[in-house]
Amino acid sequence: MTNSWTDIKNADLVVIMGGNAAEAHPCGFKWVTEAKATRGAKLVVVDPRFTRSAAVADYYAPIRQGTDIAFLNGVMNYLIQNDKIQWDYVKAFTNASFVVKEGFTYQDGLFTGYDEQKRDYNRSTWDYEMGPDGYAVVDETLQNPRCVWNLLKQHVSVYTPELVERITGTPKDKFLKVASMMAECSAPNKTMTSMYALGWTQHSKGSQNIRCMAMIQLMLGNIGVRGGGMNALRGHSNIQGLTDLGLMSNLIPGYLTLPTEREADFNAYMSTRGFKPLRPNQMSYWQNYKKFFVSFQKTMWGPAATAENNFAYDWLPKLDVPAYDVLRAFELMDQGKMNIYFCQGFNPLQAFPNKAKLARALGKLKLLVVMDPLETETARFWENHGIYNEANPASIQTEVIQLPTTCFAEDEGSLVNSGRWLQWHWPGGSPPGEAKTDVFIMSQIHLRLKEMYRKDGGAVPEPIVNLTWNYKDPNEPTAEELAKEMNGSVLTDVLDPNDPTKKVLEAGKQLASFGLLRDDGSTAAGCWIYTGCFTEAGNMMARRDNSDPGDTGAYSKWSFSWPANRRIIYNRASCNLDGQPWDDTRKLIWWDGAKWTGFDVPDIAPTAKPRDVGPFIMNPEGVSRLFTRGMMRDGPFPVHYEPFESPVANLIAPKVRGNPVARVFKDDFAQFADTGSKEFPYAATSYRLTEHFHYWTKTNHVNSVLQPEFFVEISPELAKEKGIANAGWVRVWSKRGSVIAKAYVTKRIRPLMVDGKATHIVGIPIHWGFVGAAKKGFPANVLTPFVGDANIETPEYKAFLVNIEPTTGPVA
Amino acid sequence: MNMELSRRQFLGTAGAGVAGTTLGALGFGGVEEAYASTIKPFRLVNTTEARNTCTYCSVACGIIIYSKGSLAKGEKADITHIEGDTDHPTNRGTLCPKGAALISYVKSEQRLKYPMIRRAGSDKFERVSWNEALDKIAKAMKADRDQNLVQKNKDGVTVNRWTTTGFLAASATTNETAMCTYKVVRSTGMVVFDNQARV
Repeated sequence: MTNSWTDIKNADLVVIMGGNAAEAHPCGFKWVTEAKATRGAKLVVVDPRFTRSAAVADYYAPIRQGTDIAFLNGVMNYLIQNDKIQWDYVKAFTNASFVVKEGFTYQDGLFTGYDEQKRDYNRSTWDYEMGPDGYAVVDETLQNPRCVWNLLKQHVSVYTPELVERITGTPKDKFLKVASMMAECSAPNKTMTSMYALGWTQHSKGSQNIRCMAMIQLMLGNIGVRGGGMNALRGHSNIQGLTDLGLMSNLIPGYLTLPTEREADFNAYMSTRGFKPLRPNQMSYWQNYKKFFVSFQKTMWGPAATAENNFAYDWLPKLDVPAYDVLRAFELMDQGKMNIYFCQGFNPLQAFPNKAKLARALGKLKLLVVMDPLETETARFWENHGIYNEANPASIQTEVIQLPTTCFAEDEGSLVNSGRWLQWHWPGGSPPGEAKTDVFIMSQIHLRLKEMYRKDGGAVPEPIVNLTWNYKDPNEPTAEELAKEMNGSVLTDVLDPNDPTKKVLEAGKQLASFGLLRDDGSTAAGCWIYTGCFTEAGNMMARRDNSDPGDTGAYSKWSFSWPANRRIIYNRASCNLDGQPWDDTRKLIWWDGAKWTGFDVPDIAPTAKPRDVGPFIMNPEGVSRLFTRGMMRDGPFPVHYEPFESPVANLIAPKVRGNPVARVFKDDFAQFADTGSKEFPYAATSYRLTEHFHYWTKTNHVNSVLQPEFFVEISPELAKEKGIANAGWVRVWSKRGSVIAKAYVTKRIRPLMVDGKATHIVGIPIHWGFVGAAKKGFPANVLTPFVGDANIETPEYKAFLVNIEPTTGPVA
Repeated sequence: MNMELSRRQFLGTAGAGVAGTTLGALGFGGVEEAYASTIKPFRLVNTTEARNTCTYCSVACGIIIYSKGSLAKGEKADITHIEGDTDHPTNRGTLCPKGAALISYVKSEQRLKYPMIRRAGSDKFERVSWNEALDKIAKAMKADRDQNLVQKNKDGVTVNRWTTTGFLAASATTNETAMCTYKVVRSTGMVVFDNQARV
């Protein structure tokens, strides 16, 4: 989230699209109710299903899954055509006026530089025209036909309300009503918030779904303000933290990136991370990259990371592909190219697409290690459960070690909520049996490896034997020790260059902010964006003062919010060019003539004069981007692409199948249903229920009683057409697998008219499996396709094709 | 509201069930005290409290865990009740159908209690000691890494990349667990590394 849950109370319009907060985030959704009750805010829901969020909305519009970009590009077109733009904001705080290079074009669904063989673009023309002064060329009058604004205007002009209806199935009048409600928020004193979740991410163009709404929010002037923002509701309790800390193939904590093998040495690595400002005076905060990176390396390898060895640059692995994401991992496993796999609190057999492929892949491992508080299907993939998991244990050679871990109630530490608050918690109970913490397990593995490499040598032992491990009890570091390490500390005294008798930084002290980090090895910080969370003043994450001066919803003394305890990021943009709030009733920060002050920590240098420095300090432009240069693989503007399995061809680019640059492995392409397939005529989508959390709660008695059994949801129209009775058994199958479920016939799902043809939707809740307290059932991922988003590889769980027929119940 | 005056002290000194009325009616002589003495103590007075966070979604509702026995005193603590934390700014004491049943997770019959091993071709899990399990894991890792670590690519660039062993991290663990996990995994050169953020 750019904002926070408690900030939603400040909104005038709440748009829930790509999520279902009332069911998936019920207690956070109460802030929507609060905004409706106290501010008279309106709620709009756009979803293929009439969800519980829709049930309390002021306006609901249906949409076919996988067509959000067509809808949102249509909204952009509406805003432009009707001049519903917050012009002062757009002109000053976005790159609308930046001139794009000659040679950049868009035609028939593709941008310049497409290579069909590689399924990739040469993105060299997707950039700004550079002037002789070394800065990007801008035209503040917006007259230049090649400025971003004019290119955008042209790009979205095709998405008329009529075309939007044909593609999305949203009736024109409903689309126009939603667009006009959003358009009202172009007034400087009206704000809209966007609440989205996996309904937007789980598509082969998920990143661009989100980008569309971010662009709309910029056009309306709603980023950086109270009651505005782009608010990813997020999933697991610490999914934000794990992302911040970079537990992903290509990341280093704090959104730094692992080197690629094209960056043979440290200088080459730093040369592409210099982030020189693209306009005069801009902060371009990533210019400090080296300070963050060196401080991270010092956390890893302490005294062994020196200026002489480039701070142990070579001890980091270098990537040969963009990332070894989960889809690539299971593809490699299926090819027999992986030997050992760890699942720490993760149940991939249920959670990843195409279960048959996953089970086959797991059976090719030598060793599978599962660390979990609960039984999982993954740990028992080799066990035969009849139709629910057909397996022949004798033929599966994978050894499985299952380690019992503590759960939330038994451990201590911090979790990051959707609003970037790091909240500390304390243990309440003793673990069951011999269960141990994950920290114990990881430490034991490390200490054993370290000892073996020290004693026996082996392949490149240095990064393992030199890993810092200065904990009081090396067998199990405490949460406090690890939190202090994340925050960072001073390693050697730093003297004042003007008065060497004075210390600027004193060795051994916790750092108070990331502004103090240095690139000479004198500071360490495990995750620079968290610096400030555990300082000499103590554990800031454990703060529990719930006062809220000004009743802003910031709660600045409750826990710690990254970065720098800032509650709303880009908050400089809550003020006009002269530094005064757009809306006096929703003040956040402001310029008092000498400095920035207010209720939140300013997201700009405190003395940076209003007209000198732009609010988007992380961007070298100093402004936000309506045109995103070459930073996304599938285009600098969003384009409507159909899902890989779609009931219709792409109306704007009939020759383009799916996202033209999404990676598809060869065998998986063969397992996609054809466009408009007669064999698989229905558009399916998967989702969660309010009573369940993924595959955990089916192990709980209470939640299993609340929702005991697998079912699918269909419309009365489809039920009638197929002769399916409510609560009767059905078989649902895709090109990858088949499931048996109870049918729930409900008016909450209706057929949509897509380009003149009725399209039926099949809804598939995800929660069942073959272990647990609930009745045995099938996970939705028996059916889903093995393909991900073109930029970050989130699988396309939300839009695929199936068939359905009545059947008899499963044999017990 | 500042939490200096903890709920525990508050209940302990003011006399449970009627705490609110007693504080609100200070100065009214002995009537309330006499009344309070007739009421048996609130059952949670005999428990210890821990402030925690709901483990499900990232709304991150504040919860209070009540236990018999005190971890702080080095005792074994058995969780008896979990409820919403009324002081928490986000959820203000409320919980959803999942959060309200959190104790059903903690006490689930599906909780794992012992390290187990399923040997190649076997149709069952068997108990194994922690030491045996951890030794086996570490030895398997070293053997695989020594054999398959890519030290240099075909152009002779040092890459120190390990792709034959992978790790899925858990996004319901703490930041501190994640920091520890990151250090251990990345120091081996492992690149097949991910968490739920991508799915």
